[in-house]
Amino acid sequence: MDVLSIVVFLPVAVAAALLASPRIGDRVARWTWIVASAVDLLLVVVLWIGYQPGESGFAYEVDRRWIPSVDSGYHVGVDGLSLPLVALTAVLFLACAVYSARETRRVRSYAALFLFLETVCLGLFVSLDLILFFVFFDLSIVGMYFVIAGWGHRDAARAALKFFLYTFLGSLALLLGFIGLYLAASPHTFDIVELVRQDPLAGKGAMAALVLAALGVGLAIKTPTIPFHTWLPPAHTEAPAAGSAILAGVLLKMGTYGFVRIAMPALPDAWRRYAMVFVVVGVVSVVYGALVALAQRDFKRMIAYTSVNHMGYVILAVGAAGLITSSETQARDLAVTGAVTQMVSHGLITGALFLLAGALYDRGGSYEMAAYSGLAAQAPRFAGLTGLAAFASLGLPGFSGFIAEFQIFTGSLGGAPVSTAVAFLGILITAALFLRAVQQLLMGQFRSPNGPFPDLTAPEAASITPLIVLAVVVGLFPRFLLDVIEPASRVVTSVLGG
Amino acid sequence: MVLWLLVAVPVMVGVALAVAGRRADRLAPAVAVGTGTVVLALALWAAMARPAVSAPLLDRLPVGLAVDGLSAVMVVTVAAVLMAVLVFSASEFGARFFGLVLLFAGAMLVTVTATTMTALLMSWEVMGATSYALIGFWWRDENRVASGGVAFLTTRTADLGLYLAAGALLAGGSGGLALADLPGIGSGWRDVAAAGLVVAALGKSAQLPFSFWLSRAMAGPSPVSALLHSATMVAAGAYLLLRVQPLLSATGWAAVVVAWVGAVTALVLGAVAVVQRDLKQLLAASTCSQVGFMVLAAGAGGVAAGTGQLVAHAATKSLLFLCAGVWLTALGTKDLHELRGAGRRYPVVGISFGIGALALAGVPPLSIWFTKDAVLSSALHSSAALYAVGLAAAAMSGLYAGRALFLLWSPSDREFDVERRVPRLQQWPLPVLAAGAAVLGVVFGLGDSRWWEAVLSAALALVAVGLAAVATRGAADVVDGRSPVLSAWLHLDALAHKGVVALTVALAGWLARFDDRVVDGGVRVASGLGGAVARVADARVDWSVDRFVQWVAGVTRGLGRSARRPQTGQLHHYYAQAVVALAVLALLVVVFGRG
Repeated sequence: MDVLSIVVFLPVAVAAALLASPRIGDRVARWTWIVASAVDLLLVVVLWIGYQPGESGFAYEVDRRWIPSVDSGYHVGVDGLSLPLVALTAVLFLACAVYSARETRRVRSYAALFLFLETVCLGLFVSLDLILFFVFFDLSIVGMYFVIAGWGHRDAARAALKFFLYTFLGSLALLLGFIGLYLAASPHTFDIVELVRQDPLAGKGAMAALVLAALGVGLAIKTPTIPFHTWLPPAHTEAPAAGSAILAGVLLKMGTYGFVRIAMPALPDAWRRYAMVFVVVGVVSVVYGALVALAQRDFKRMIAYTSVNHMGYVILAVGAAGLITSSETQARDLAVTGAVTQMVSHGLITGALFLLAGALYDRGGSYEMAAYSGLAAQAPRFAGLTGLAAFASLGLPGFSGFIAEFQIFTGSLGGAPVSTAVAFLGILITAALFLRAVQQLLMGQFRSPNGPFPDLTAPEAASITPLIVLAVVVGLFPRFLLDVIEPASRVVTSVLGG
Repeated sequence: MVLWLLVAVPVMVGVALAVAGRRADRLAPAVAVGTGTVVLALALWAAMARPAVSAPLLDRLPVGLAVDGLSAVMVVTVAAVLMAVLVFSASEFGARFFGLVLLFAGAMLVTVTATTMTALLMSWEVMGATSYALIGFWWRDENRVASGGVAFLTTRTADLGLYLAAGALLAGGSGGLALADLPGIGSGWRDVAAAGLVVAALGKSAQLPFSFWLSRAMAGPSPVSALLHSATMVAAGAYLLLRVQPLLSATGWAAVVVAWVGAVTALVLGAVAVVQRDLKQLLAASTCSQVGFMVLAAGAGGVAAGTGQLVAHAATKSLLFLCAGVWLTALGTKDLHELRGAGRRYPVVGISFGIGALALAGVPPLSIWFTKDAVLSSALHSSAALYAVGLAAAAMSGLYAGRALFLLWSPSDREFDVERRVPRLQQWPLPVLAAGAAVLGVVFGLGDSRWWEAVLSAALALVAVGLAAVATRGAADVVDGRSPVLSAWLHLDALAHKGVVALTVALAGWLARFDDRVVDGGVRVASGLGGAVARVADARVDWSVDRFVQWVAGVTRGLGRSARRPQTGQLHHYYAQAVVALAVLALLVVVFGRG
């Protein structure tokens, strides 16, 4: 078996083993989960060190027969777009495994479910075949449904059902688009690399527009952008902390990743023609998401809405890349690289914020910000990490968010001047809302609904700190990451042509 | 390498101290002062060696740092004021404070050596965020934290201009975002870049209309004010305008706008300073006014004059804030009336303050007299009206500095409630800074002022100080409370709150309700409609089968009920029923039996 498949399927193998042994105790289950995630992360690090893309642009590429009747194969591989997301997935799942050391409800199933989800997420990012991509896309919805419904808060069942139905609807639209691509290709194929090479819908105006619309809606629901975002706040508010971290950190990226992996390169002409639609959707998501987040009183709901804002920058950048003429290659590359960097950065920072929100809820039994005050007095570690995560999320230089947003802004301004300038307001409004949250929760005289507020436990700190540290490393020394992303962005922008 | 060290040492030590927190409190003052010494030495070295370095950051957009003439002056000024502030604070503060101060100063050092937009923007924003943490240093007091928030949000609002300028620079054709490329890019984008840079600089420098954040920034510890108001933060805006002066003049309009904003701020905020009753508020307003002269210089093309003003003011204002800090901790007040006579009580502090105040007033031959005249002379070159406004602003500085001086030195028989000894470490930096405030002007000279300009401004300063002396004679303070609008900083804070913050919050609330009711409501209606359609289909399609089954069931139930009714359990009922049944049977036999 090839190394990439081992990385992908190791977690689910461990999950199966966990489910097959009902006798083992919670402690063993917990440690199995942590060790499996750690080993997988280690393997990903090895992949990263040995990363050497071949002529196709992909490394560790494998292409096996799977469903030959529709020319769909087990085609996997990583390039500069997917490797950072694979690494992010491995890091976040390990962080969630460590964080969940205090989980006591049905630990074995919980661990198995997360390991299953890890395989699904890794599988999606390495897929180079539309059917494979779709299978993982749908399985992620199923897995997350059970996480929310099984381990969520009071209203979890409703939120989980809404999440499931809404995103499932999105995946159906996506499937429609995939079938459109399949039918247009000659010979028919679901292979992404082959589809990009063929550019099957070039010059077919209406058909290309329909397929792009189907893909766009499907991916926009998952991302989510305005106006398809309303499944997100209830899902986050009701999900357990680790579930929220994975949902925001990894699952949302499936939507944005789909744009750069499939929608842009497979439909370059249609993308350029309708780029303005994406720019507008992106900008509205940025400003609208930030403003609605500003109005929230619930800490977790507020973070959920900032995700709409942060994902809006990604959509803005990929849209603007379609508007910039190919003579401005530097600006275009910057926009696409910024978009991918933003996916990684948002995963790290928002993952940390959701885990911190979980720690807050465990201690105070509420997400209501007004119920707390002055937590820095009793929980300096919690306060320090929350403060850092907040400043990272508002795009302060020195953290990864700035590297991403600066590239997006600088790259997009030339192609979409007015929209990009309006999007600047997003970083101002998020600054306002995070300062307000920090002031309300951490500063002032101490107050907490359940009396004392113990500081972060060792597992909590050990799961959140590395995420912040990584955000700082990317923020100050981004070359190790950008050296991987930039060549892949250039491939995307060169396919885009124009 | 020296240059990397110059910026990395304060940043790394600062982060280490801030992360270590309480554990490092005892070591922190020594470590910080040691770091400050190293930074000062490196700054002097860099000022002489003029190094330039660069490192890749983004795709073809490197981080570049270099020390040229302007930067050399800046790094030495920053390092010197940092040193004074660190020594002053050594007896009072712990690791978190020193960590933040070093980080703050490190960000300023990057700002003044940055040669690319990326480096500038990164350090510029980190400086803003650190100022938030320093102003809100006493975090248990929510008002102070809120003041830090006002400072950060106001300056970040203006910072959006830098993001705009960076994008415009790239779109205008500068591949590496070098600041030196700014004047040469395509003219449309050049105007955009200039507009962005000007807004960012005016915000950071607390020029009109952004001045209010500096008033709120007084909530921070006094050493923070001393640093923030002199060589860092507000100075960064003025520095940036001096740095991009070629761009300002290349666009034409930007130079004029900048010059006038500087001149008007110098005059109006000077008037605000005159009527303040709180010593720190007076000094803060005077900072806006004095920085206005630097901004005026940048607009009028007097880069050397503006730089001189920046350095002279840095020494003077850090001195004055440290003195105010001494009195605030020793006597527990910063109210000018309650501080009457404080100058006599602590002679080292009082004399140092006196020299600083006279320098601020523009009294010859102290430093600001030289530098301000150089600025005014460059203003006269571009427009007489600008010169006249600048001269009026200079008169204002004579009035406010004189008023503070005479109130603090006037004889007073009142006893102070608390009266503490001033630690030696707090006294040492004061005479050094006072010496700087006194003589630095000679280094920069009068620029190209003609003799009558210098005499005119000297006479004006002396008259203004004299007027201040008259106005504060005896127990009087003529200007106190005379203008509520000026006392309240033109109500700029309230205006910004009502005009921008309240509107934004209202809009956010409205959008949140819209999101819940309309956007999510639409989703709910759609899913509800789906349900309704399903029910209709259910009812229509399955009608016959379902109704038939129900009908059968209903009939059976009815028959069952009827069958139960005769079974009453009473014997005579059964007899009667049997009789009826037999009768019916007999009748049936009779009727049908015949057939």
